Amino acid sequence: MIEFFKRLFAPEPSGATARERLRLVLLSDHLSLAPDVVEALRADLIAVISKYVEVDEANCDVSFEQQDQAVAVLANIPILAMRDRRPPPPPGTSGGPKPDSPPRGDALGATYALADESRHPARSAVGQVQRKRRRRKRVAGQSQPAMG
Amino acid sequence: MSARRIVLTSGKGGVGKTTTTANLGAALAKRGKRVVLVDADIGLRNLDLVLGLEKRIVFDLVEVVEGRCQLRQALIKDKRFQSLSILPAAQTRDKTSVSEAQFAAVVRGLDDTCDYVLIDCPAGIEHGFRNAVAGAAEAIVVTTPEVSSIRDADRVIGKLNERNMPIRLIVNRIRPEMVRSGDMMSVDDVVEILGVKLLGMIPDDEEVIDTTNRGEPVVLVPDSRLGEIYEKIARRLEGENVAFSTLQAPGIFGRLFGQRKAG
Repeated sequence: MIEFFKRLFAPEPSGATARERLRLVLLSDHLSLAPDVVEALRADLIAVISKYVEVDEANCDVSFEQQDQAVAVLANIPILAMRDRRPPPPPGTSGGPKPDSPPRGDALGATYALADESRHPARSAVGQVQRKRRRRKRVAGQSQPAMG
Repeated sequence: MSARRIVLTSGKGGVGKTTTTANLGAALAKRGKRVVLVDADIGLRNLDLVLGLEKRIVFDLVEVVEGRCQLRQALIKDKRFQSLSILPAAQTRDKTSVSEAQFAAVVRGLDDTCDYVLIDCPAGIEHGFRNAVAGAAEAIVVTTPEVSSIRDADRVIGKLNERNMPIRLIVNRIRPEMVRSGDMMSVDDVVEILGVKLLGMIPDDEEVIDTTNRGEPVVLVPDSRLGEIYEKIARRLEGENVAFSTLQAPGIFGRLFGQRKAG
């Protein structure tokens, strides 16, 4: 009877809860133990984003945070301006816009909007590291815990 | 031929390192191997007590390091076996009284006199851990199916990986009926999380309390189920391919299940 009520009020056996909690905490442990990996990821993220927008490198912040169901990569990368996406002029010609020159004309509005937003950069989860529940399919006959 | 030098470690205290070292050593000795068990837990010596050899200690590891005695004078022979001895830790000193190089030198001094040196590592990942690991070429990580123990084991495995040491896992204190009902992580879960090859799984059994109380290795108890399990682990350590028997086997399961209900 007691067993029945226990089952009724415990939707998931605690073994599964322990397994999920451990997966998250170990991932988080491993990340905090690997500052070089985190630093390399930060540099690569900034490099990729810099291809499209000008970012404020000095104020970039990449971190990991344990959330309810996952460990998330949190990247706070303030944007200063839009990059000019027009193709560079063919070699030998002069007068064309330089790739790094500030955006002009109709691009300006968008740039301001982005720059404005960068003043209140929302912490955006760039990617959520989701782990699949890798529950092994157990072969019949091995479903019992083994001893030996 | 030089001895296999194996450290038994866990990070967390109280998971059964010393008991496992004592019983695995006894199982190897029972198989005719020459075994020396080294207690690396300076200041908190217990291996002697678990094996019932506490009254016979004359010298200890620190005295060997300090040159107050010969290594062989400090070894205590377990008379119940042909080839089992222990090197006790000092009780009144602390872990910093021995350096990594000194500890490693003592263990190397045992090389040609035995087949196995099992080093009982203290809890933690500080000085005592580094000493114990410095003396070893292989590692056995002991854990229980509990979150704190597994997290610590993971940390220790990280430390051992830095030294490129082969690692095997023993999951201790398994309660089969709880695993069955889903209220305890299974050995499969633990192995998957830690990513280390399994060497053995040991149920939570009252017999070990009883034998430890008496200072008797469980492999000497006739028809002991637990003794059999340690002997299987010893055989796996020797490279034999010993299958992990399941609790479904008739008789064994009922016995295990019944005992746990009683406990």
